[in-house]
Amino acid sequence: MARIVVITSGKGGVGKTTTSAAIATGLALRGHKTAVIDFDVGLRNLDLIMGCERRVVYDFVNVINGDANLKQALIRDKRAENLHILPASQTRDKDALTQDGVERVLNELSEDFEYIICDSPAGIERGALMAAYFADEAIVVTNPEVSSVRDSDRILGILASKTRQVEQGGEPIQGRLLLTRYAAERAARGEMLSIEDVGEILAIDLLGVIPESQAVLNASNAGLPVVLDEESDAGQAYQDAVDRFLGEERPLRFVDVPKKGFFGRLFGS
Amino acid sequence: MGIFDYFRQPRQKSASVAKERLQIIVARERAARGGPDYLPAMQQELLQVIRKYVKVDDDAVQMNVDREGDCEVLELNITLPDDRG
Repeated sequence: MARIVVITSGKGGVGKTTTSAAIATGLALRGHKTAVIDFDVGLRNLDLIMGCERRVVYDFVNVINGDANLKQALIRDKRAENLHILPASQTRDKDALTQDGVERVLNELSEDFEYIICDSPAGIERGALMAAYFADEAIVVTNPEVSSVRDSDRILGILASKTRQVEQGGEPIQGRLLLTRYAAERAARGEMLSIEDVGEILAIDLLGVIPESQAVLNASNAGLPVVLDEESDAGQAYQDAVDRFLGEERPLRFVDVPKKGFFGRLFGS
Repeated sequence: MGIFDYFRQPRQKSASVAKERLQIIVARERAARGGPDYLPAMQQELLQVIRKYVKVDDDAVQMNVDREGDCEVLELNITLPDDRG
């Protein structure tokens, strides 16, 4: 049985796809057989971030409709042998993701994989609801910014009520916070919500903090999940998040401001 | 921090403004969550009725649904303005 994890946020552009690619790649590199699914029907992008856009033949909706089988649609990642990608469809038919269809695909994937990472689209429409419905747990990607935090809280409300586990009388699934685009210096100056602020408002466990980093754009330019850039702060922060996800203890990194000397404080920025 | 910052008047940092605003809106949205679908419409209509008699703000009417055992309690809070008229 695979563990199904939804990467969600409500708001767009906060780093869901970057996070899905990083977490999935990180899990696969640690030896876990992992599939990552793009639920953003109509706006396929995970393939670009993972660098496999030219190898897409069949997609998620093709498999649901029986036009292709899973084996034909899954793209084997070139860097991590345990990793497979199921791309989103480019169809404009928003009803293409049926609950039965999604369930069938997830059940079939569950037989072969340890982890299924569901990259949710933004918003609270069908694609986002389907990405969350079958999940066993959630990673809520949030920027330290008012609209992102508010939308994350909205998504947490949906996770608490609209999942299979709850509808079958079970407990609400656990959602953990991944704070991305964090700028420790700005938070220290009181110009940005701090980790503690966001944690206090959303009241969920913290999975990790990813610093604002040039490495993220560089990685997406190259079609390389940022977790593979082991030199970079963001890459290392994602590695830590993957380790924590797997139950290991890792101290938070890249969240403190380096102390400046007297002259630095007086004349620095 | 530059040299001139030492002479500036201290003012509230933008992050603490953000936090306060978020705490209020998130609490309000959580309270509305899981309630019956007619609640927002009912809130609007109540507001209109109250406005026939008292001049109140948009956020003067707060409604909460609480569950106590088998019993559902609809709590209605109306904030009247200071200078009633």
